[in-house]
Parts: sequence; C-alpha cells; structure tokens
Amino acid sequence: MTKTITTNELAKKIMNQEDTFILDVRNNDAFSDWKIEGKKVESLNEPYFNLMDGVDSITDKLPKDRNVNVICAKGKSSEMVTDMLEEAGYTNAYSLEGGMKGWSEHLEPVKLGDLKDGGAIYQFVRLGKGCLSYFIESNGEAAIVDAARMTESYENFAKERGVKIKHVLDTHLHADHISGGRKLAKNAGGTYYLPSKDAEEVTFNYTSLEEGKTIHVGNTSVTVQPIYSPGHTIGSTSLVVDETYLLTGDTLFVQSIGRPDLAGKAEDWVEDLRSTLYSRYTNLSDDLIVLPAHFSFVEELAEDGSVSARLGDLYQKNTGLQVEDEDKFRKMVTENLPPQPNAYEEIRKTNMGKMNPENEQQRDMEVGPNRCAIG
Amino acid sequence: MEIAKVLDATGLACPMPIVRAKKTMETIGTGEILEIHTTDEGSKSDLTAWAKSGGHELLEQTKEDQVFKFWIKKA
Repeated sequence: MTKTITTNELAKKIMNQEDTFILDVRNNDAFSDWKIEGKKVESLNEPYFNLMDGVDSITDKLPKDRNVNVICAKGKSSEMVTDMLEEAGYTNAYSLEGGMKGWSEHLEPVKLGDLKDGGAIYQFVRLGKGCLSYFIESNGEAAIVDAARMTESYENFAKERGVKIKHVLDTHLHADHISGGRKLAKNAGGTYYLPSKDAEEVTFNYTSLEEGKTIHVGNTSVTVQPIYSPGHTIGSTSLVVDETYLLTGDTLFVQSIGRPDLAGKAEDWVEDLRSTLYSRYTNLSDDLIVLPAHFSFVEELAEDGSVSARLGDLYQKNTGLQVEDEDKFRKMVTENLPPQPNAYEEIRKTNMGKMNPENEQQRDMEVGPNRCAIG
Repeated sequence: MEIAKVLDATGLACPMPIVRAKKTMETIGTGEILEIHTTDEGSKSDLTAWAKSGGHELLEQTKEDQVFKFWIKKA
C-alpha cells in the first residue's frame, strides 16, 4: 500500500508554516503554471516520466529528515513515484491524495475576529487556487460571501456552530471559479444576492445586491452594507461588515488590483475601476480592514494563514493604488496582463446558469490559479 | 507516413498511457514511428513533454471524436 497524505493534512502543515518538502512529478509546464506554495515550502519538480527507470537521478536532492510529499495532477502518478521511492529506501515519502485537483478544492477556515455586538467573521482560505470566501455569524444566523463550489464545507461549519445560513452573497459574477452561492442558498432556504448589473443574463431568480440596502445578520446591529464598486465587472459590489471590514471582492487585493478584462470589456471598464479605486474607496475610513476574494502571492498570507490589510496601509503600499497618471493606469490594467483563468468563459456561463456541467467537468474547469489580479 | 506500431491507450488514466508508450517505444527501432491513441486529457501535455525529454520527435498530433492521436519518431 502506498503511503498517502490528505489535502487536509498537507494544508494544516502549510498553514502552520511547518517546513514542507514537495516533490512535484507533473511536467515542467504544469509545474511552472500552478503549484503548491507556502512560506516554508520547498519544491522539486521532476516529471514522473523521467523517473520510470528509477529514482536515482533525484535521490541526492531529497531530504532525509523530513517527509517528501509527492504531488501529481490527480494522485496516481504520485503513487507510482512514492512506491518507487519506498523501494529505494525512502520510507518518508507520501503521495498527496487527489493530486492538484484535490488540492484545489481544499478550504481552510481561519477566524478573523469577533464582531462588536456578538458573533464572528471567518475567512475560508482556498490555498490551492488562492480564493477567499467569508462566513459571518451572529446570534444563530450566518451570511456567506463569495462561496466556493464545495458547499459542504460551509454547511458543515454552520452545523458545527449551530447557526442557520440566511444570506448568501456574491460580490460579482465570478470568472475564475464556480460559485457555490446559489446552491448554498437553495439548500438552506436562504436568500441569494448578486449585483443586478452582473446578472443581466442569468437564468435563475436572485435578490439584487444594492448599495443602500443593508443586510442584517442575527443581531440587528451586525450589518453588511453594499457599496457599488465597478471595474473588475460592471456590477462589482463591496461590502462593509460590522463597520470594520471591507470585503472588496476582486476589485482590490493586498498586493495587486483587479483586472477589468475577464468579460471582454476592458476598455469600457477601466474608467470604472479607476474611479472605484481612486475615489470611491478613498471616501471610506482608512481603518477598514480589507478582505479580498483572492490572494496571488504567498507573501500575502499572515502568520495564521489569513489574508487582510488596513485600507489606509494599502494606499501607501499597494502599487496598483499609486498611479496618478490616468494613461499609465489604463496601460497597467489593459496591457501585458497574465493569461486568463482556465475555462473562464465556461465558468462565467455556469455562474449565469446558462451551462450545467457535470461535477467532474466542473472540477476540471477550475484547475489552475485564479488569475483575477493584473499581475 | 510508415507506422511501426500502434498503441491503444484509450481509457487509461495517468500515468499508464506514458508507461505503455515507453514500453512500446523500447520495442521499435531508431527512426521508426509509434502511433499512440489516448483519451486522458492530461496525456496530451505529458506525452508531448515525455517525447521531448527523451529526444523523440513528435511528428503530429490530432484529436478525433475525443481520442487524442500522436505520432512519435523514436530517437
């Protein structure tokens, strides 16, 4: 039997910043495109097809005092290599169950803080894909923001806490991952909110997420206040939670800003993005804690694995917020952008309800990094 | 194009298409051509990368009715 490690076990090691060694046996292109990252992660990439005659070529590069976590795309080639390592005397080798596909689905909840009038806010970190979603609970009720496709994670979390999911919100129509929002709301009998400007083509019923229409969670004083903040999409709406946290969706990240091109309307949306970042947000309190829907770099993860920053600090440090010249800004957000997220057009259609792919196809569509930032 | 051997690796998942391809490749001579059929999505980039890493020449690849076909000339 091949020794294995689960995505849950590996995520704990990475979130706890333990020294972690990874032998990634996918091909070089797949590795450079998308890999497991962490502050204390050391990786070696050697494709499995170069190891079929034996593992001698890499054994001097493997640590003996730490586990070797072997990773491939779906978890089968890594088993083969792990078996070969075991035969070669490496009893510290473990194959990651489910490979990168399984890794992409893991969600790790981190508590961000207590709310002023009772309750708490949690960030669900999707390490494999860099997606961040939020769970706000107060007085037996929960609101979930930008939920991933793996709805059971939130449902189990709610059950453990004895809270009922009442409100499920998407800050915008996502292009990098399939939203679990609609399903969560349906299962729980809650309300699904989406900005109406992003929902012009959707095939299902929803409640419009609108500035001025405050949502209350549990205690009447725990508020979720929508703020229209277009640019990444025309409907993008940020949320001020409990007057303390600013959920920015894909508009503002810790080290970057959102890209305006994923719906094919970059030129039209540049102005919106600029006015959101350079005027709408500047009217808000500098002390708000920015909670984005993505991270792109492991440096953005704090000691406890969470991702956040003070709004005032981002106006000092985030390079996307320092471009005074409008032309330079336009160039920055429309030229030399990274490749678009895998299957982003199909993902948008799925989130509109126009496509209903099978579960396995949905998993394949989400392979790869989120790529919602400009760089 | 003269094909020395045809390998049917359809229905097989990673790593088996490459394991079979490697074994079959060992049975043909230098300069001869192996034709491989697969259905695994991942085999597309892996077969290409494997051929390159072994110095073999990928002559052509196509997709017909969900079946990927590769023609690889042995180095």
